[in-house]
This record gives sequence, C-alpha cells and structure tokens, in this order.
Amino acid sequence: MEELCTGLCSVLADSGADAGLALFLSLLVGVLLVSGVPLITVILLIWIERKVAARIQDRIGPNRVGPIGLLQTIADMIKLLSKEDITPTAADRILYNAAPLVSFASVVLLWAVIPFTPFHFGVDLEIGALYFVAVASFGTLAIMAAGWASNNKYALLGAFRVVALLVSYEVPLVFALLVPVLLAGSMSLVDIVNAQNGMWFVILSPLAFVIFYISSQAETGRAPFDLIEAESELVAGFNIEYSGMKFGMFFAAEFLHVFTNGIIMAILFFGGWMGPFYYESPLIAFAWLGAKGGLIYFTTLWLRNTVPRLRIDQIMAFNWKFLVPLSIANLIVVSFVLKVMQELGFAPGDMLNASFAELLPTTIILLLFNGAMIFYLLGILRKRGREARREAHGAHANFAQAGSAAGH
Amino acid sequence: MNVLNEWAFVGLFALMAPVFPALPIVIAWLFRPRKPNVLKSSTYECGVETIGDTWVQFRVQYYIYGLIFLVFDVEMVFLFPWAVAYNEMSLFGFVAGFLFIFLLTDALFYAWKKNALDWK
Repeated sequence: MEELCTGLCSVLADSGADAGLALFLSLLVGVLLVSGVPLITVILLIWIERKVAARIQDRIGPNRVGPIGLLQTIADMIKLLSKEDITPTAADRILYNAAPLVSFASVVLLWAVIPFTPFHFGVDLEIGALYFVAVASFGTLAIMAAGWASNNKYALLGAFRVVALLVSYEVPLVFALLVPVLLAGSMSLVDIVNAQNGMWFVILSPLAFVIFYISSQAETGRAPFDLIEAESELVAGFNIEYSGMKFGMFFAAEFLHVFTNGIIMAILFFGGWMGPFYYESPLIAFAWLGAKGGLIYFTTLWLRNTVPRLRIDQIMAFNWKFLVPLSIANLIVVSFVLKVMQELGFAPGDMLNASFAELLPTTIILLLFNGAMIFYLLGILRKRGREARREAHGAHANFAQAGSAAGH
Repeated sequence: MNVLNEWAFVGLFALMAPVFPALPIVIAWLFRPRKPNVLKSSTYECGVETIGDTWVQFRVQYYIYGLIFLVFDVEMVFLFPWAVAYNEMSLFGFVAGFLFIFLLTDALFYAWKKNALDWK
C-alpha cells in the first residue's frame, strides 16, 4: 500500500490538485483497500464458522442458498436488514446505539497494521504490537457499554463478566506478546515477520505461543471462556436486548475478531508471509499468511465446539494463579537464556539477519528450556488434578454416608 | 510515508472504521418495519419483569481484579521499550529490567497470599 499511496499522492499532486487534498485522497484509497480485506472475509467467515460447527456436531450446516450454502450469509444479511430494530425504552440510547459500531470498528482497526505481504500493508507502525493490544481492548469497552446501556440484568451480568474476564486475560496475552517483540527487537509487525527469516518464533518459544493462544481465545469470549454470553445462564449475555442489524454487527465483530487473532498469531509466531516461494509474487506471500492464519483459526473453532464452559472462579483462578505466573516465568527464562547465549557468543546479536544455521544452537537451548518448563507444568497439573479428584471423591463418599445415615 | 502520514492513515482509518458497521444499520433503518408498542419496547421483551433497579454497583471483587490489572498493565507498557532494546542492552539495563519484573511478581504473590485472587 505504501508505494501505492505515495505514488497516487504524487500523481494527484502533479495533475494540479492541492497537496493536502492529494494526500487525503491517497490515504482514503489506502484505508478502503486495507479495510476491504476484513469486510470481505467476514462474509466468508460466518459461513465457515457455521459449516465447521455443523461438521463437528455431525450436521451438514447451511447447504441450500447457493453452491454448498456459500450465499447463506448474504441471505442472512437480507433477513437482518428487514428485521424490526427495537431500542428498549429503558435503555441509554446513545451508548446502546454506539456499542455495536465500536465493537465492529475496533476489530477492523486492527487490520491497519497487519502486513499482508512484505510490501502490502496499511501502515508499518513502529509500535505495531502495542497498537494491536490497545485497539483490541476497545472491544471490551464496547461489550461493557452494550451490557450497561441495555438496562437489563442479564446483559449487565454479562458485562460484569466481560470486565473480569477480558481484563484479566489481557495480562498473560501481553506478556506472551513481549516474547516475539523481545526476540525481534522491534514492535513493528513487519520487522517481527522479517526477524523470523531464520526460525519461526513458535519454535524458539512454544510456551509463549500457547499462552497467547489461550488468552486470545479468552479475549474473543469463545469456549471454554464463553461465560460472557453463557446461553444457559444469561439467556444471551450482553447482546440480549439487541435485534436486527445491530445484533448482526456484534455477531460479525466476534467472528472477525477470532480470525484476526489467527492472522496475528501467524504473524507473531509462524513467520507471517514466509514460506516457499513467497518472494516470487505478493499473491503467494498473501496465500501463505492466509493459510497459516486460517489453520490457527480452524483450531480455535475446533476448540470452541469441543470443550465445555468453565465456571468464573475456575477461569479467574486459571488466569491469575496459572497463566500470569507462567507467562512471567516464560519471559524471564527466554530473555535470560538468550542474553547468556548472546554474551557467550552462541546466539546472534540480532535475529533480523541471522540465518537458520546461526540460530540452531539458540533454538536447541531455548527448546530444551521450554520443554523443561512444559514438563514441570504438566507435573503440577497432574498433581492438582489428582488432588481435585480425591477431594471430589471424598465429598461424594461423605455425602453417601450422610444419606445412608439419614435413611436408617 | 513519514511518521506523520502514518498516523494520518491510522487517524483516517479510525474515522472510517465506524462507518462500515454504521452503513448496514442505516440501510436497515431505511427498510425495516416500525411497529413499536409498549410491551415490545420494554426491557427483556418476553421475559419476567425484573425486580429492583438494574444499574447496580459492581461487586468489590471486580475492583480488586481491576486494581491488579492496572498494576500489570502499567508494568507491561514499561517492559515494551525494554524488550525492544533487548539486543543492544548492557548487562546493567538487563538486570534492571529483571528487578522490575521481580518486584511486580512479588506484588502478585502478595495479592495471592492475601487471597485477593480468590473469587468469592
């Protein structure tokens, strides 16, 4: 996009347009091009999500409208357009109407920094990683506003849970995000991808990827962390009062957010556009990014449709007593080991120009340390699981005893 | 593109982003039927009337999590420059960053031992 914007700007300026206007128009074209990608994918995503969910639940899914149901989303959109849109009289009108806009906009805004290919991206901000965290948390705000403005107890309960859940899981998310930033020595997403030329960061620090994956699943409010809209408890959660297209916007924002997280993970940990022949054509580079992001996206759908929902106390305990200490420990271990390697001269001082061979010793050592940590963690989890089972068994035995005593 | 133009792009993007979801809502506003009635516009349309005021105070537990989050959020913002400068950093800067993380981990364990992390 960069050359396109600059090129268009100079062409317009040469043809006699005002310099400011030329810049504005070229930026506008850039914005429309970049935002076109998520807006088009979201139509496909809704179909994919429904189809995958159906297959996992042993159903067929949408298959009537268009070939293999591809036009289902269009039909749904037309249906939503013709639906009456009710604003409850008790609701806070301004917040109520603004919430779906903010929710969707916050996800689209993420795409401004996503590098599609080495040369095609909206903008390569020096603080791209921080921008991602900042903009993503706008979604939290929107859900909170929706729940509060609806003036409905179920919606408000959903909003309360959002605050607790999303805010908590942002801590391990950002700690995990610090690892790729640290390895690349840059917050720019383009630099982070380029730094993975020698080795993907998921191999250098698999634990950071796992933490990032779990927290981003929680950030999007998907199972097992879907207590924001727990149907059996809160009817629908924060969006219960919404109808018509406004509800549709929350729906689309959530689906797009999950896919965007997949793409972000592909960029941060799986080398983004890197892959065989990526330098041949931007289309191949883009296809690599899409394939990696799509695969990660698929696993999140799989997870969503497989695991049951956790209780809020379990979720909070898992975050604060497990994920947060783990993410801090991971950051400390990775940074310490890498620094020692650098001081001893085994690791390259800069990932950006390091080849695969130069990175091999670093990779092996970091993998060993990560493996040791994972092994230790599994040990802890097994011990805790055994304790919990024994406790449950004990409680059950006591209960049975009390029951038989009462029976006599 | 220079830095100013980069942020102009982000600014324009931020202005345009709410337009995309607003567009279908406005189109729907042109087409949709309007037949409001008292019952339909009431809160939780077809459910039981709730008792008491909806806009109640948050439980104090949420504030405790909020405070702990704030501590960590600020810490993380400070850690980003540390992570970016990692490769060029002297040993002193590296150890200073470690001490910083250690102090806040200490705070986490303090909160843990005070049972602030338990959901009650």
